[in-house]
Formats: sequence, structure tokens, C-alpha cells
Amino acid sequence: MSNQLDQYRGVWTLAEVRQGKIHPVSFELLAWGQSLAQKLGVELASVVLGSGVGDQVDQLIAHGADKVYLADDPALLDFGVEPQAGILTDLIKQHKPEVLLGSATTTGRTLLPVLAITLTTGLTADCTGLDIDLTERLLIQTRPAIGGNVMATIKTPTGRPQMATVRPKSKRPLAADPARSGEVIKVELGPEQLASRVKRLEFTPEETVGAPLQDAEVIVACGKGLKDVKNLKLVTELTEILGGSLGATRKAIDLGWLSYSHQIGLSGKTVSPKLYLGCGVSGAVQHLAGITSAEKIAAINSDPEAAIFQVADLGVVGDLFQALPLLVERLKQNTEGSAS
Amino acid sequence: MEIVVLVKQVPATDQVKIDPERGTMIRENIESELNPLDLFAVEEAVRLKERLDGEANINVLSMGPAKAVKTVRDALARGCDQGWLLSDRKFAGADTWSTSFTLASAIEKLVPGCDLILCGERATDGDTGQVGPMVATFLGLPVLSFVSAVERLDQGALAARREVEGGSELVQCPLPALLSVVKAINHPRLPNLAGKRRAKAAEVPVVTAEQLELPVEKLGLKGSPTRVVKVSKSQLSRQGRILNLEDDPTAAVEALVAFFTSPPSAPEA
Ligand SMILES: Cc1cc2nc3c(=O)[nH]c(=O)nc-3n(C[C@H](O)[C@H](O)[C@H](O)COP(=O)(O)OP(=O)(O)OC[C@H]3O[C@@H](n4cnc5c(N)ncnc54)[C@H](O)[C@@H]3O)c2cc1C
Ligand SMILES: Nc1ncnc2c1ncn2[C@@H]1O[C@H](COP(=O)(O)O)[C@@H](O)[C@H]1O
Repeated sequence: MSNQLDQYRGVWTLAEVRQGKIHPVSFELLAWGQSLAQKLGVELASVVLGSGVGDQVDQLIAHGADKVYLADDPALLDFGVEPQAGILTDLIKQHKPEVLLGSATTTGRTLLPVLAITLTTGLTADCTGLDIDLTERLLIQTRPAIGGNVMATIKTPTGRPQMATVRPKSKRPLAADPARSGEVIKVELGPEQLASRVKRLEFTPEETVGAPLQDAEVIVACGKGLKDVKNLKLVTELTEILGGSLGATRKAIDLGWLSYSHQIGLSGKTVSPKLYLGCGVSGAVQHLAGITSAEKIAAINSDPEAAIFQVADLGVVGDLFQALPLLVERLKQNTEGSAS
Repeated sequence: MEIVVLVKQVPATDQVKIDPERGTMIRENIESELNPLDLFAVEEAVRLKERLDGEANINVLSMGPAKAVKTVRDALARGCDQGWLLSDRKFAGADTWSTSFTLASAIEKLVPGCDLILCGERATDGDTGQVGPMVATFLGLPVLSFVSAVERLDQGALAARREVEGGSELVQCPLPALLSVVKAINHPRLPNLAGKRRAKAAEVPVVTAEQLELPVEKLGLKGSPTRVVKVSKSQLSRQGRILNLEDDPTAAVEALVAFFTSPPSAPEA
């Protein structure tokens, strides 16, 4: 058995393509992959499947890939789990990487479970930490479990590759180095590999206040402390002045104040803005699970014991209905002042 | 149309308490419930049956300990027609791989000719969302994950909307197929009295590994490629400055202004 496992060498990451562009989560995976590959003393490769993405592969190399496997075909324009899983299964059986990482996005969370079955190996979902145990040469996967209440450490002793989906924004990409060189390997595709029973008919972009939450630099999040949907304008106004995006807790979503696309946390989005402000947010572990990679956290809450103050860089204990109008007024003075 | 719904029994999440020393879940006195996210799959099955003028049979399957029969009955009370509980000590300790293997094998045996399989987005305990796509792959079926609406359903095909980053996509595929559904898909109804009565009286067969003729080496902990080696309490703390608004509103507001206007150090670039 262990001989068979020894045939597997190298770390692979799956690049993610959205609307024809390699998405930055692909570079985050390369940052994880590079630290693992260094520990293992092996090469780091990235696989990209898409249409017309050939001229973007140097971005993967600049962000740490030693090798890029490129499957480029018009039939791969939109994500389709069947052709992608088929092509990847063949490639992985042929080249035998020991570790395969995908993003814990809707794409990765659909594609990797399929691969775990076609390749007969284990898969750990939504990891926030990865390391190598060199004595056993095993991937150590850490992920939140049971509603974010505990962290579980998981290994895949026998299956290969050892596979994980990794929570987006759980690591910053390495700085791009345009001088890095790497090898690009074009994957030959047969028509049977491109067939798909699932066909995409149309795509409808979603409406949000500000940039999509996952990409936002500044996030104002509201919780049940806002008390009523009619008070939403307090936070939307602040969000707009700051040029940020609006987020919410599950309670605020469940009350119907905002659509599910605004939910931050364990069962919502994971965000990593530079600045996060929670207004009337208690700081339940399930909510905090979504904001731990924010660079700075501030909170306004009337309860001095609120859990969010445990993780805040700046906490204001007080009534948000008093604080927010003052803050908005003060920020308006600022912008007016700088405009004149 | 033969519909299968997969439901899991999970600990009631609002009651989850963690032993702070050992980082393990305190299981005593914890109630179990039907995975809240599976309620949407059950409800969607019932709605699809209504759309088909009742021309459908809804089978509910769950793998779990003997007491999980309660979960199957709950699904029956909500409108499923027939239920099975897959329960065997050989299934214990299963990760998503061997759970899916067991569920897929059971569907093949118990509901041959099944047209549509529905499952929840994820179970609130394991929280992986992997079982749906894995079951579909074992059965060789197309999988549509993160489904928020079934827009069309004929005998041979369906069209559904998937929630993905930045929007939603409308996709179509032939039947049989597996769908994992998200909360946005419907508003689950409460079981009515007639449903509860029917569920109470219903016979729920308990199905074992032997009855399914499954190879033990693919079941439970033994059949699981992954191993949980450690569980610890999650810790988050970054203790910063705390100001009181009442004490000095100006100072508190200025601190917030400074928070937003003097951004933290630029990322490593
Ligand atoms: C499996 C699972 C998954 C979950 N996933 C998520 C998730 O993804 N995201 C999420 O957010 N939650 C999630 N939850 C729910 C989570 O446990 C909490 O219930 C939720 O985050 C609390 O939302 P909240 O802070 O808005 O409400 P509350 O906890 O009710 O807090 C409201 C806060 O507002 C403060 N407040 C009240 N009035 C004022 C005022 N006038 N001025 C200032 N402050 C005021 C109060 O002091 C309180 O702290 C999940 C739960 C489970 C079990
Ligand atoms: N033991 C089980 N029995 C029946 N269905 C399950 C079981 N485990 C998972 N599922 C189904 O698969 C979905 C995803 O679960 P998970 O991959 O564990 O997050 C759940 O919402 C259920 O519909």
C-alpha cells in the first residue's frame, strides 16, 4: 500500500475561472500550495480549465506555480461539473499529485466531491488551515465544525491525492513576481471529454449594495440591534459614504430586512475586508466565522458584554441610534471639507 | 415520478455546547432534529408532487442511529410517502465518502428507477455539503448544486436555477438527476395533524448493511478515507480599544472616524 502512495508526488491547485477571467481565489490557493510544496520539497502546479484563458496563465506562474496544466476549449467557457471532473480525473490519474486543493466556492464545493468519488479518495471541506506532517508525509487539514464551535483537524492517511477545499480569503496571495518562469502544458482534449448533460441557459447577476461582499474593502454589517427594517437607511447611508458594501447577520436576513446574498458567516459569505464595522451585531461564533480574516474590526453595541468586543480592534459601547447619525454627520463634514 | 429525499438527523444546533477543556461536544441532553437545511428539500419534493398533480411518490431515506427514525417520521409528517432508516453499527463513524456510498447503494436497491433525488445544501453538524454531489457520482447522475428554484420539470428533464458567486444561473439537465437545494428555494410548511397521524402509524423499515449486501470495507469508519485526528475549541480574540459612547460621545465618534479614514497598513505587496 505505502509503495502505491509513494508514487504520488507534487501539490496541485485548481484555478477558478469566472466570466472568462482567472479569479483571485486561484492565487490564494497558490499561496497555500507553495508553503505545502516547499515543506514537501516538491513542485507546485496549477490546473486551469476555460475558454480563451491561455494568455492569463502567466498570472498563475507569477503567483507561484512552477507548472500550469491548461485545458482551453470553447466548450469550457462556463463551469460545467461533468467535463471538468472528467478532464481532471484523467489528468490526476496520469500525473499523480499527492495534494489537490480547490476553493470552497460553489464551483469547488461541487467539483471536488465528484473527484473524491472518481478518484476514490478523501475530501475535507472548507479548510481554514493547512500544514504538512513530515513524519508521515501527510496533509494536516483544519476546519471549523459543529457550527463553528470547534476546530477539527483531519488527515487522509490512505487516499490519494489528499484533497481539500479551502475557504476563500483565508490567506493572502503572494505578491506577483512577473520574472518567475514556469512550464505550461497544454492538455489535449477529446470530444467525449467535453460532453455535458447539464447545459447553462442564462446567467443573472445579483443586486447588492456596493461591490460583492467577498471583494469589498470596507463592510458595514447590521444585526438584529437595528430593530426594524425602516432603520436600514442608517447603515446604507453610512455604507455609501464609505464606499463600502453592506452585510448582515443571519438574524437580520431571517427577519427579511435584506436578501440572503448579504449574509456573512458560517452559512453565509466569508469576507476579508480591510475594515469591518458591526452595528447591533452580537458576535455569535457563526457570524465571526465569516469575518476572522478582516484586517480590522470595529463594533457598536449597547451591551458591554457582547461577544463581538472580544474580537474588535475598536469597540464602542452604546446606542447605535445615537452613534450612527453622529458618525454619518461627521464623515459628511469630512468629505465636504475635502471637496472644497 | 419516483422522488428520493435524503435527510439527516443532527443535534439541535442552538443547543450545542462545547466542553471548554476537551473541545468536544457535550452530547448529554441534546435534542436531535431533522437537519434544518433538509426541510427545504422535503418541502420542495412535496411542492413538485403538487405540481405533478400528485403523480409522484416521495421516498425519504436517512442513515443514522436507531433514534433517527424520529427524523424519518418527521419527513413523513411533512408529506413524504414512504420512509427508510439505514441503521447498522457497521455504518458508524462514516465520513462523507462512505456515507454517500451507503446512501447511493440504498437508493439503487430500495428505489430502483428513481427519477429525482433531493438533498439539503449541507448538514449543520458536519457542514460539508459534499454528500449530494458524491451520491450523484456514485449513481452516475448529473448533479445540480445550490439550487434555488426548479423552473421546469417534465418526465424527461428539468431546468433549475443555481445560486453562484455574483448571481444565479439557469441550467437544464435530463432526468434522473440529483439536486441539492438552498434555503431560498421555498418556505417549509409545518406538518399538519393528518400528516402527523399518518407518520406515527407508518411503518419505517430499518435497513442493515447485510440487507443491502454491502462490502464492510467500504462502510463506516473503516470505509472512510479521512480521519478526524483532533478537535479543539475555536478561539478568536484580538482585544482592542473599548470606548463608551455615553461617557464621551465625541471621543467615540472621532475614534470611529479615525478607524475609517486612517486605514491599516497596506497588505504585504
Ligand atoms: C449552524 C448555524 C449557522 C449559522 N450561520 C450564521 C451565519 O452565517 N451568519 C450569522 O450572522 N449568523 C449565523 N448563525 C446565527 C448566529 O448564531 C446568531 O444567532 C446571529 O449571528 C445573531 O445575529 P445578531 O447579532 O444580528 O442578533 P443578536 O444576537 O440578537 O444580537 C443583537 C445585538 O444588538 C445589540 N443591540 C440591541 N439594540 C441595540 C442598540 N440600540 N444599539 C446598539 N446595539 C444594540 C444587542 O446588544 C445584541 O448584542 C448561525 C447559527 C447556526 C446554529
Ligand atoms: N446520514 C445521512 N442520511 C441521509 N442524508 C444525508 C446524510 N448525510 C448527509 N445527507 C444529505 O446530504 C446533504 C449534505 O450533507 P453533508 O455533506 O453532510 O453536509 C444533507 O443536507 C442531506 O440531505
